[in-house]
Amino acid sequence: MARYLAAKLAGASVSLVAVALTAFFLFRVLPGDPVRALTRGRPTSAAQLAQLRHQLGVDRPLAAQFADYLLRLTHGDLGTSYQYKTSVTGLIGEHLWATVYLVGTATLLSAVLGLRSGIRSAWRHGSVGDRVRTGVAVVLWSVPSFWLGLLLIVVLAVGVGPVPGLFPTGGASTPGTHGAVAVLTDRLTHLALPCLTLVAVIYAQYALTMRASLLDEMGSDYLTTARAKGLRDDQVRRRHAVPNALLPTVTLIFVNVGFVVSGSVLVETVFSWPGLGSLFYEALSVPDLPLLEGLFVVFSAAVILMNLLADLLYPVLDPRVRTA
Amino acid sequence: MTAADPAPMSRGDRRRSLVRLGRAYARNRAGVAAACLLLATVGAAVAAPLFVGAADLSAVHAPGAPLRPPSARFPLGTDGYGRSMLAVTVWGARISLAVGLLATVVSVGIGALVGICAGHFRGWTETVLMRVTDWFLVLPTLVLAAALASVLPPGTATVVVAIGVTSWATTARLVRAQTLTVEARPYIERARALGGDHWHVTTRHVLPNVAPLVLAQTTLTVSGAILAESTLAFLGLGDPTAVSWGTTLQLARQVGAVSAGDWWVLLPPGLAIAGVCLAFTVCGRALEAVLNPRLAGRR
Repeated sequence: MARYLAAKLAGASVSLVAVALTAFFLFRVLPGDPVRALTRGRPTSAAQLAQLRHQLGVDRPLAAQFADYLLRLTHGDLGTSYQYKTSVTGLIGEHLWATVYLVGTATLLSAVLGLRSGIRSAWRHGSVGDRVRTGVAVVLWSVPSFWLGLLLIVVLAVGVGPVPGLFPTGGASTPGTHGAVAVLTDRLTHLALPCLTLVAVIYAQYALTMRASLLDEMGSDYLTTARAKGLRDDQVRRRHAVPNALLPTVTLIFVNVGFVVSGSVLVETVFSWPGLGSLFYEALSVPDLPLLEGLFVVFSAAVILMNLLADLLYPVLDPRVRTA
Repeated sequence: MTAADPAPMSRGDRRRSLVRLGRAYARNRAGVAAACLLLATVGAAVAAPLFVGAADLSAVHAPGAPLRPPSARFPLGTDGYGRSMLAVTVWGARISLAVGLLATVVSVGIGALVGICAGHFRGWTETVLMRVTDWFLVLPTLVLAAALASVLPPGTATVVVAIGVTSWATTARLVRAQTLTVEARPYIERARALGGDHWHVTTRHVLPNVAPLVLAQTTLTVSGAILAESTLAFLGLGDPTAVSWGTTLQLARQVGAVSAGDWWVLLPPGLAIAGVCLAFTVCGRALEAVLNPRLAGRR
């Protein structure tokens, strides 16, 4: 058991170091000259370019830059944003909670919805309900999330024809709202559409995986035994079949954080949600390399930590892993 | 030759087995419908220059007024510049499909190469290659692709590279698993005993056996690549002058068509993306079911 934990922790640490290396290569080595990219389309004199290079610290040799980068990273310092002229760590801290709030709610809802839909589909597989549910899941999986968001804005926030707009078109709250009930409704109406978009895009995979793994268990002898004992169909499903089929989907929910993060970049952009995704979008157009680098590190680290969490949860969820 | 040691197939055997696979595929009605839809889309994309001229796509001298709802002259309305949405959507298929297919070639190429090398050479090569693969599997793909596209010079080639380089990991895993099962068969040992080198074994024995799986994986990858292309274009990272489904949606958002509720600018490109992606996914699943009967009835 201790060996299992040590191996997983070591693996995660190696991955985190690899993230730091990738970020350095991606944002310091690959762009060639970041100053040229920054001043693209604007007339700049050679002296100005040189001064800017010195100011950003990109005129020093790569090895020196790399040592400096690693040293700062150990202090949690991700550099200074070109665009906002403030610390990247601070910017990320300001925007982090909006994203956690949106992504957390969406992940929770889509996990519940995906598991329920998958279990029902598998238990009555081949039925009309199963076909409809599977069809809807496959279609939603093929739909670009940003387009779904745009459509929801048009239909539910702006209104088409006689249908009035019901929800705000963007943002996370209306400034100047007072009173507990008013603030709560305001928050929830702002959350509704972005959350709905994310759920629609991510629940499908959970539903399809849950369905497939429960179908694998369907013909098992232990289910026949459970039925022969006289258990009701409902109990056979809930106590015997589902717990055995749950592991792949639960794993997927944790491993999928990377996918959800990508989805949140688009959804936050479409709904002007004040989180890390919007920050990433704004940084892309400059391009604000230190900010992109910091966000890349944070997004990747989130994926690695969630994978680690999934690995640590396995033995709790499945006794078979404990003995192995 | 006994049943346990299948001989390499002759040309006639190959043709017969292809016919059998074709018949099995034809029994899958959804798969056939999806294949027809894809053929129609590719046909429209190839034939687009016959109906759509440079004048129809000019942003400066657009043929109509901007953001007009569907009318007799413009059956799908006009976009933010005043171009016919019908012409823009048909033309958009060219870039979207081309980038999607090229990125898939890059992605499946890297994936197959890494997978076969890892499965064939084993040992250290395998450990290192699979570590790298797992690493690419967990990284947030879109974030990586967007970052790549933003630091490299803007253009269509950049988008192809960004998507291809970030999406090969699943293919590599699948191909490695298949290579391992192929390499365990007796005729590989026979080929080695007869003096076959690495090149001979991988290209003449492993590759033909892995190819069907790669084909199914390719159709699934295309769907993801087309989605990725539209996403990158929507984030403003594609070639800004090219007309694709993603840039059409980006333009719609920029000119305020969303807050004005101009649904006709949003529906055609979005439906096109979703329809083509769905069709590729359905085709891939149908192929998978035909090639690997164990999966049939699962999805």
